[in-house]
Amino acid sequence: MQIKQSSKEYDVVIVGSGAGGGMATKVLSEAGLSVAVVEAGPYFDPANPEQMTQLKPAYHSPRRGAGTTRFFGDYDQAYGGWDIDGEPYSQNEDTDFRWFRSRMLGGRTNHWGRISLRFGPDDFKKKSIDGLGDDWPIGYDDIKPYYDKVDKLIGVFGTKENIYNEPDGFFLPPPKPRLHELFYINAARKSNVRVMPSRLSILTKRLNNDRGVCFYCNGCARSCNVYADFSSGSCLIFPAQKSGGQIDLYVNSMVRTVTTNEEGKATGVSFIDKEDNIEYKLKGKVVVLAASACSSARILLNSKSKQHPNGLGNSSDLVGRYLHDSTGGDMMAFIPQLINRKTYNEDGVGGMHVYSPWWLDNKNLDFARGYHIEVWGGLGAPSYGTGFNVNSFNKFFGLNKAGGYGNSLRDDMKKYYGSTIGLSGRGESVAQRSNYCEIDPNKVDKYGVPVLRFNYKWTDNEIKQAKHMQDTFEEIIHNMDAIPLWKKPGKDANYGLTKPGQIIHEVGTTRMGSNPKNSVVNEFEQLHDVSNVFVVDAGPFVSQADKNPTWTILALAMRSSEKIIEEFKKQNF
Amino acid sequence: MNRRNSIKTITFASIGAGLLLEGCYGISREKIKRSLTRYEYGRTPEEKLYDDKLFAEKCFTNYELFTFDKLCNLILPPNEFGNIRDAEVVQLIEFMAKDIPSYKEPLKEGLVWIDDESKKRFDNVFVDCEISQQKEILDEIAFYDPNKSIDDYPKSVQWFNLVRNLTMTGYFTSEVGIKELGYKGNSPNIWDGVPQDVLDQYGLSYDKEWIDKCIDQSKRNDTAMWDDKGNLIT
Repeated sequence: MQIKQSSKEYDVVIVGSGAGGGMATKVLSEAGLSVAVVEAGPYFDPANPEQMTQLKPAYHSPRRGAGTTRFFGDYDQAYGGWDIDGEPYSQNEDTDFRWFRSRMLGGRTNHWGRISLRFGPDDFKKKSIDGLGDDWPIGYDDIKPYYDKVDKLIGVFGTKENIYNEPDGFFLPPPKPRLHELFYINAARKSNVRVMPSRLSILTKRLNNDRGVCFYCNGCARSCNVYADFSSGSCLIFPAQKSGGQIDLYVNSMVRTVTTNEEGKATGVSFIDKEDNIEYKLKGKVVVLAASACSSARILLNSKSKQHPNGLGNSSDLVGRYLHDSTGGDMMAFIPQLINRKTYNEDGVGGMHVYSPWWLDNKNLDFARGYHIEVWGGLGAPSYGTGFNVNSFNKFFGLNKAGGYGNSLRDDMKKYYGSTIGLSGRGESVAQRSNYCEIDPNKVDKYGVPVLRFNYKWTDNEIKQAKHMQDTFEEIIHNMDAIPLWKKPGKDANYGLTKPGQIIHEVGTTRMGSNPKNSVVNEFEQLHDVSNVFVVDAGPFVSQADKNPTWTILALAMRSSEKIIEEFKKQNF
Repeated sequence: MNRRNSIKTITFASIGAGLLLEGCYGISREKIKRSLTRYEYGRTPEEKLYDDKLFAEKCFTNYELFTFDKLCNLILPPNEFGNIRDAEVVQLIEFMAKDIPSYKEPLKEGLVWIDDESKKRFDNVFVDCEISQQKEILDEIAFYDPNKSIDDYPKSVQWFNLVRNLTMTGYFTSEVGIKELGYKGNSPNIWDGVPQDVLDQYGLSYDKEWIDKCIDQSKRNDTAMWDDKGNLIT
C-alpha cells in the first residue's frame, strides 16, 4: 500500500473529535499548540443547511423519519450506527455486544441525550465501599475544579440539591416539568423515589455570544443549528478555530496505528484517507487518542512494534479489558386519565425535564451499585410508526375489538395521542477483567485494519439490578393508575436487562491507575508505557457510576490537556 | 452524482406514479413536480444515493397503486382537514415497500387476495366493486382482538392491519394529518410550563419550591453569571 507522509510535525495529533477530542482541541490549541484533529467521518456543522435536520417535519422524509437508514430515525444526527458497511466487529460465542459508532465531526455528541451528571465522591471509590472493582487513583476533589470549568464553558441546566453523591455545579435554570412529568413526580414520591429537575447541557439561558438560547423544539438529537445544545463541533472545535487556534482538521481519515520510533516513543499516527484509500502518516510530538473507548483500544492493540510487541501501552495486558457499559431497563405505560387530552406545544428541550437520581443504599439490597430513572412521553412529534395499531389500547377498557376502518380511526388516533409514559433505568455495572475487546486475528475491515472482537457477560449484580428497576417501574406505574404496555420481563429475559453496549456508554478499556501493572494510563490519562500518548475518551474510566459518562470525559480531558501543556512548558515532549 | 442529476433521476423514475396521479386524481403537474423535488432533509451523499435508488425502483404496477388508493380512502375517508392524497399515503406505502423489503411480498399478496375475493363474491375486481361490496369484504378482515397476537390471525387480517398501519402513519405524519392531530411543536417557541387550564383539568399544580428554581423566561437572554458558590446572579 502506498504511504504518504507530510513533513509538518504538529505539537499534538488528536484522534477523534467527540467530547474528549473536542475538549483537547480547544484547550491545547488555545494554549498556542499546533493541533491536527483526525476524524474518521466527514465534516459536520449542524447549522449547514445541507446537513441540518432540525425543524424538518416528518413529511420532508420520504420514509417519514423511519429508522431504516439511521437507527434512531432519519433526523437523528449520527452518521453510522450499530452496523457500518465494511467496518464490522465480531463476537466470541455467547457474547452479544452492540457497538454504536458515529462517523462525523463531533461524533456521538451530535445526537446524545445531553444528560450531564457529575460523578460524586462515592463514584470514584466504589471498591472502598462495596469491595468490588477498583477505586480510581483520583477523587472528586481532584476533578471538581474541572467540572466547574466545564459547566461554565459549555452550560448545563439543573438545580442545587445538596445531595452528597450528586454534586451541584454552576447551573442554568431548568425548564418547568411537562404534564406526564408531573404525573411521574407525584407517583414516584408516593414510593419514596426522589425526583428532581434533570441536568442537561442545553442553554435555557444565554451563556455567551457565540451560542444561541434554546427555543424548545425538542430536537437536540438533531444537533442544534444555533448551538444551544452541547455538540463537540459547535461548542468546542468551532470556537477554538474562531479564537485563532492552529487547528488542521483531517476528516474522512481512519486512524490505523500510532507510529513509534526506536526508543518506543510515539511519532504520530498513520491513517487511511477514505476518499483515495491511501495511507498517510502525520507527525506529532504528542498523540492524544479520543476515538471512543473501544476504537482507541483498537488503535493501541493494532500499534504493535518491536518495542511494543503486545500493542502500544499494553505491557499490563489490560488494553481492552474492563470494558463496561451502563445497565438499562425500560417500561412503558398507558395513562387512562390522559385520553382525549387537550393538545398544545409540549416539546420542551430535547430530553426529560425531571429525573430520579439513585435514591437507595445498596447495603439493604441484593445487588451492587445504583441506577437513575429517566422519564419520557407526552405530545411528541408524529413520525413513522405514529398511528400503528391505533386502537389496540381498547383492550385496557375491556374491549376485545380493535382495528376497523373509516373516520372512527381519526377519533381513536386523537383519543390515545399523548397518553403514554416511559421509564428507563440506567445503572452502573461492575467492571470485570473478563469483559473485554481484543483484535480478531481473522478479520479486517474494508481499509485492511484488523477489527475488534468482543467478549462480554453480565454478572448477577446487573441482572438483579435490572429486576429492581422493573419492580420500581411497576410500583410507580401503579401509583399513577397507569397500565404497563407489556408484561414485566422475567428471569428468562434477564428482567429486561439491555444487551451490553446498547446504552452506548462503553468505558474502561484503558483504565486509569497508579500501578502500571494493573492499569493502562495514569491519573492524567497518560500511557504508563509511553509518556507522549494520552487517552482522553471514556477508556480511562475505572468505573462508570450510574451517571452518563460525557461530563466526566470532558472534565478529565480538560485536566489531562492542562497536564500536556505543563509538560510542553517543561520541554518534556 | 450531483444534485441536479439526482433530481432528474427522481423525476424520471417517478413518471409512472406521476402520470397515474395526474390521470387518476387530477393533481396538477406542477404539484407533482414540487412533491418530487422537496426531499431535502440533511442526507449524506451515501444516503442520497440510496434514496435515489429507491425512487428509481418501481415496486407496484399502476393498477396496484390504484387499488391501494381505493383501500386507503376507505380506511381514512376525506374530511375537512384533508385526505390520503394530500397526505401522499400511497407514495409512502410504495416507498416503504422498497425501504423495508419484507413488506413488498405481503403487500402484493394481499392485493391479489382481495381481487380474488371480490371476483368470487361480486364478479368484479375490488376497485370496480360497489362501495357497499368493498365494505362487506373489509368488515371480515378489519377487526381483531387486541388481547391476541395479530400473527395468529389469517394472512388477510394481517395484511389489512399492515395497510391500515401504513395509511394511519402516512396520514398523521403528513402536513394535513399533523394539523388534524393537533401536534403544535417542532417550531421555535418558549416552553413555560403546562397551561393552567390543563393543570386544573387534572387537579395538578406546580410545587412552589420546584417552580422557583425554574427558568424565568423573561431573563433567558441575560448572559449567565454566577457567584463563587454557583448561585446564578443574572
